[in-house]
Amino acid sequence: MGILLDENSRILVQGITGREGSFHARTGMAYGTNVVAGVTPGRGGQMFEETVPVFNSVEEAVAETEANVSLIFVPPPFAPDAVVEAADAGVPLIACITEGVPVQDMARVARYLERKPEVRLIGPNCPGMINPGARCKVGIMPGNIHMPGRVGVVSRSGTLTYEAVQQLTNLGIGQSSCVGIGGDPIIGTSFAEILRLYNEDPDTDLIVFIGEIGGTMEQEAAAYIKESVTKPVCTLIVGATAPPGKRMGHAGAIITGDSARAEAKIAAMREAGAHIIPTPADIGSTAQAVLAGMG
Amino acid sequence: MKLHEYQAKEIFARYGIEVPRAILATTPEEAGDATRELGGQAVIKAQVHAGGRGQAGGIKVTRSPEEAEEAARGYIGRNLVTRQTDAQGVPINSVLVEELADIKKELYVALTIDRGFRGPVMIASASGGMDIEEVAATSPEDIHTEPIEPVLGLMPYQARRVVSRLGLEGTPARPAVQVLNALYRIFTENDCSLVEINPLIVTADDRVVALDAKLDVEDDSLFRHGDLRDLRDRSQEDALEARASDMEIAYVNLDGSVGCLVNGAGLAMATLDVTNAAGAAPANFLDVGGGADEEKVASAVSIILSDPKVDRVLVNVFGGILRCDIAARGIVLAFERMNSALPLIVRMLGTNVDEGKEILGASSLNVTFADTLTEAAAAIRQAG
Repeated sequence: MGILLDENSRILVQGITGREGSFHARTGMAYGTNVVAGVTPGRGGQMFEETVPVFNSVEEAVAETEANVSLIFVPPPFAPDAVVEAADAGVPLIACITEGVPVQDMARVARYLERKPEVRLIGPNCPGMINPGARCKVGIMPGNIHMPGRVGVVSRSGTLTYEAVQQLTNLGIGQSSCVGIGGDPIIGTSFAEILRLYNEDPDTDLIVFIGEIGGTMEQEAAAYIKESVTKPVCTLIVGATAPPGKRMGHAGAIITGDSARAEAKIAAMREAGAHIIPTPADIGSTAQAVLAGMG
Repeated sequence: MKLHEYQAKEIFARYGIEVPRAILATTPEEAGDATRELGGQAVIKAQVHAGGRGQAGGIKVTRSPEEAEEAARGYIGRNLVTRQTDAQGVPINSVLVEELADIKKELYVALTIDRGFRGPVMIASASGGMDIEEVAATSPEDIHTEPIEPVLGLMPYQARRVVSRLGLEGTPARPAVQVLNALYRIFTENDCSLVEINPLIVTADDRVVALDAKLDVEDDSLFRHGDLRDLRDRSQEDALEARASDMEIAYVNLDGSVGCLVNGAGLAMATLDVTNAAGAAPANFLDVGGGADEEKVASAVSIILSDPKVDRVLVNVFGGILRCDIAARGIVLAFERMNSALPLIVRMLGTNVDEGKEILGASSLNVTFADTLTEAAAAIRQAG
């Protein structure tokens, strides 16, 4: 089954006629994803790849195609508008891939979305999510590295998530789902919420959790693991060697205060009973050892 | 992006926050003249993008134009080393010559984004004029934080509450509320990641004045703040970091000797950790980004090769949007252009990996391939 996506997911791509949007809509479709609509204001009436109708608004797209997931590729100045438009059109799951959305815009959008508990936003500045068993890919990850299975992966990042997936797949360990929640200071869905979904998913046996320096979201996740997660969690925290005050690419990955440091996060995870992955090279082997121990 | 104190104060003044009379000087003579204009006494403040300026000796009170000129001569053209800079420090190209203030009280006020709250938070303390991180560590009860709903903005009762926590009553309370309101407008209208006044002073005649000013603009919002973008001072940035930022490459200069080229911020951080675990030290963090072309990869590698600390280069690319063959071409281009023979360790995965390896293998580069991070770590050790 996996989380967030399944066989009934009907994908709408906002910004489908753009360079990124069209490329990833195409690779998603090639993977097997059910892309039912595209939205680009002013381009309504066109067809994408001869099979996917393009609409002027999300509202029209949803009315015509019953799309229930939106994948957003519009540029940073327009991304907040795209997210709110999808939320207002009643799309329950939105993944915003766009990198570089101003933080103060996201602060307002996040407040607005709190009024819509039925809407879940993943990102922005994220790779999206994938359910290999359902052949459903909503994001920019290479589909071919994934294999169906029973390990849930969650991370803030893109290529590091692929690294984790590749290590798992190389060892024959498949994934129930993989989610990248995004590298910005303010994002739609936290680690703890994804952990809850994996914990409730009957088809996930083990969770691979990849955190990084900056903020305290990993500590909140650790508290949630301690309190509520009954499945084993393998954790890697990256950025132990980053100097304070320097932004490590992700707007969120900057050390301001001791709790933002890798050591503090690793300690919290250890305290919560998570299996610590010693280095980024050991993601697959750690998961393998824990799975073997589960019998 | 950081602003200088004098630039931030110009913005403060525009929003109605009172700042001391001051004149910017770029030569010692100008500093002397400015002091004369301000009545014969002045504070000389080195203009640099680094905190800890006061403790590092970057501020001097002078009692005559001659003394001011002398102080400025000691600053301009030199580097200031503070606890926030590296050992070289940052260059002082100008000084702010400011009238002396008659200080009754020193306060602290700042605004930043609190990720946990997912919105702006005002931080205030009656213990201004000192290192706020130290205050936070030694007496956290002296720091008041006021979360602000981004849709509502700073409500009047919140401003009154902050003012009362600052210990202000009577005459200075009203101008203090105005300062807080102005500060919030500055924060939101200029997309700041930080605005800070330390100290905000109450003068002997009960005026409320921003004696210092710190303002950081969020890089991701600069597309809508052309006026602020023009205030960038590249001389204050690490030369390689400035070069990278012009090409939209995320790069941070570090202390070690292993140059790292990676795509993706998370994987780049992981690569630093792997390098360290291998007993080596990374020379840099570098995320070349997803949409990089051959030229951008070449630029990124050139930046790494321009760093004199670098004695070997580690490439860790997970080909997706960035194809491995494109990355390989860019790497070869840069090594050839820079005429470099440094050992190169390449770990590539994903789209067009075979073509990528073929291009590198056919080149004259001193390349070692690694299939996994574990193998890459071993190769780093061996090349050291």
